[in-house]
Amino acid sequence: MKRRSALFGVFVLALTACSAPSQPAPAAQDTVVLGLSSEPDALNPVLGYAPDGGSLMFDGLVRRTPDLKVQPALAESLPEAEGKKVEFTLRQGVTFHDGRPLTSADVVYTYEQVLKSGNNSPIRGDYAAIDKVDAPDERTVVFHLKYPYAPIVQRATLGIVPDKSDLSGKPVGTGPYAFVSWTKGDKIALKANERYWGDVPAVKNLVLAYTTDDNARATRMAAGEYTATELPPKAVARFRDQPGVTVHEAPSADYRGVMFPMDQPVTGDLAVRRALSLAVDRSAMVSAILAGAGAPAFGPIAPGTGWHDPSVTGSAQPDRAEAAATLEAAGWKAGADGIRTKDGTAARFTLMYPAGDSLRKDLALAVASDAKQVGIDVRLAGLDWDAIDQRMAKDALIMGYGTPYDPDYTNYELFHSSYAGQGYFNPGRYDNPEMDRLLDAGRRTSDRAAREKTYQEVQRLIRDDAVWLYLVYLKHTYVVRGGWSGLRIGVEAHEHSTGGLLGTVVNWKPAS
Amino acid sequence: MTWVRIVTWRLAFTVPLLLAVTFGMFALAKASPFDPVRQYLGERAMITSPEVMAGIRANWGLDKPLLEQYATWLGNLLSGDLGESRSLRLPVAQVIGERLGWTLLVVGCALVVMLVAGPVVGTLAAWRRDSWLDRLVTGAAYTNEAAPVFWVGLLAIWVFSVTLGWLPAGGLTDAASTTVTLPDLLRHMVLPVAVLAFSQSSWLLLFVRESVIGVLREDFVTGARARGLRGRTVLLRHALRSALLPFITIMGARVPELVTGAILVEAVFSWPGVAGTTIKAALSVDFPLLAALTLLATLAVVAGNLLADLAYTVADPRVRVLGVG
Repeated sequence: MKRRSALFGVFVLALTACSAPSQPAPAAQDTVVLGLSSEPDALNPVLGYAPDGGSLMFDGLVRRTPDLKVQPALAESLPEAEGKKVEFTLRQGVTFHDGRPLTSADVVYTYEQVLKSGNNSPIRGDYAAIDKVDAPDERTVVFHLKYPYAPIVQRATLGIVPDKSDLSGKPVGTGPYAFVSWTKGDKIALKANERYWGDVPAVKNLVLAYTTDDNARATRMAAGEYTATELPPKAVARFRDQPGVTVHEAPSADYRGVMFPMDQPVTGDLAVRRALSLAVDRSAMVSAILAGAGAPAFGPIAPGTGWHDPSVTGSAQPDRAEAAATLEAAGWKAGADGIRTKDGTAARFTLMYPAGDSLRKDLALAVASDAKQVGIDVRLAGLDWDAIDQRMAKDALIMGYGTPYDPDYTNYELFHSSYAGQGYFNPGRYDNPEMDRLLDAGRRTSDRAAREKTYQEVQRLIRDDAVWLYLVYLKHTYVVRGGWSGLRIGVEAHEHSTGGLLGTVVNWKPAS
Repeated sequence: MTWVRIVTWRLAFTVPLLLAVTFGMFALAKASPFDPVRQYLGERAMITSPEVMAGIRANWGLDKPLLEQYATWLGNLLSGDLGESRSLRLPVAQVIGERLGWTLLVVGCALVVMLVAGPVVGTLAAWRRDSWLDRLVTGAAYTNEAAPVFWVGLLAIWVFSVTLGWLPAGGLTDAASTTVTLPDLLRHMVLPVAVLAFSQSSWLLLFVRESVIGVLREDFVTGARARGLRGRTVLLRHALRSALLPFITIMGARVPELVTGAILVEAVFSWPGVAGTTIKAALSVDFPLLAALTLLATLAVVAGNLLADLAYTVADPRVRVLGVG
């Protein structure tokens, strides 16, 4: 009996050796832990870290408010962006976290490093309009452009790094938070920059904790480790009725839709594309596929961004009778098997989706089943990107784009004929001289009213030509513990590192 | 001097093995349908012009033939340069240096727990064969053997972190702390170490149990009992020594599974080790990082087997006297 208990004791000891019960230390009021899904690869804006202002350590020449207004940041004021020369004057008295004063040389260095081919910067293409950047004096930066490009002001959110700094070294910026430490694969610790030129954040210590797995992140949120986290819509359900936490939904400009090959007999027919737009059940997609965290989409520019044309809208419910009438009028007659034909061509096309993306797969299935009801046979093909690349000129594809910032972003490349057949830009070879003219006009002028008018025409033309079949806009869902003032929701971009709702942590104050 | 011969022999084998493994890795990565440039750009690939992508491809030398790429990599390796990780934008040596320690810590602790718990529990089950304890242990071991590691990990988080609130659910330290302190680190280590050890030890435990049961039937054990030795002495002095010999070899052979187990455990517990990085490197077709990690894993397996064989010479006098074939 004694022997047995001795051996059993060893066994129990081995299992419980270190599991002394203890509680996680309650976080202080001035410390916030954000649970994020994807860890950045590098913390340098030059290497693609949060170029659209989602960085808390760096400031750009300009910054955006949550409602997408552009404000001067390191620049003293917003410049005129007419013509091929854009001049910024720097704010006075700004210093980097290491105490060095900000000068125009830092700005020139930052942009030159982005444009330098050897750095393989992933964002180099965004700055293709820049010919060179120079600094006539300590406080003036001049952008020389290859062509008039009004969105350069929006692009100037790029964070500024110190002149001659090492790109993979310790991040040094001018932002509201300064870098403390980075445990790779785990978290980044930041502290408030007490010498910040703007309002010093009330949250003094900020931890960005990274957990890729959605379930693991939900669990860590439930266990009280995070102050706030981003979660997919289905994972936030368990937090909705919990005391002490709030679930927030933010609209985004991130859409999913079908990109059509224009040179093909079926998808090249305007009547087919219009009928599909009438036939798809967008409300079912939002409720069933997105668990409610989405909105029906009718165009490439999201409502709420300030650029959206309110007339570009429609019914989330399908109108199958109207869809059938459109097809009949265009000569697509129903055949014996229920599939319509016109001059011996069956209303049939292939819709591709990236095989690993379950959201796009579900949307493709929904499109195919809705299309069937009006006599269009959609064959599905789940492929990897390299296979999709080869077939984009022939087959339709479920794609996603969308940005809340400048309407020129991506839309120029997606709809301008000069990009026809260039990679993922306009692979369907849409070609309309009127569209080219509008898109060129839109980037030439910086006059807000004129641009709004131009891009409203762009949206209407895209709708009239049914270039894409727009399906849904996604919503981002967040869980936040405790009461905070200063938390603001705006239309978010797809990439949101620490932008979007969690980026407003700069302005958070405990609500007591 | 047997061990000198074993080590020399193994080293002679290791060089061609490493060459074959790394070349195979390069060939597989080259044949992989994933485009490294697209993985590098991530979501941005969709909004990057083909011209910029071609520039990056040329900078990395991806358009060169496979043999040339491999030869360049090998040349750099011999001069001590592991290259630059494309997905993490840092030198590979730095990536591994920052993380290897954390992996060794978890794997090392798990190994110790396995080495202790496996034989102890296995022997206990064999000794009290068919008792309620034996049934509980073997039943649990079979269930555990069938359960995937990540599932065991998530279950442990659910029980110990969410329901009981005893232990943190992941990370190296408390999410809010900015420095690594020992008590905090220990608390965070418990679950990853326990899950890794638990998920890897059931097979060992069942093996030890079978082995001890077999040895307990042998003549020399019966002989020892007949001489009137106490049951405990027979078990610990006679039976165990003979039963544990194959256990040493098996420990060495199990190293690869420990490595795969570590990859999953690190992913579930957000442990910032080198194993979790393997997933990232593989998904982003990060040749330089993947090659270095493959090299490291191969070395771990070779070293594991070598250590097991050396331990065998210590444990079994026959090997020491008669040598290895």
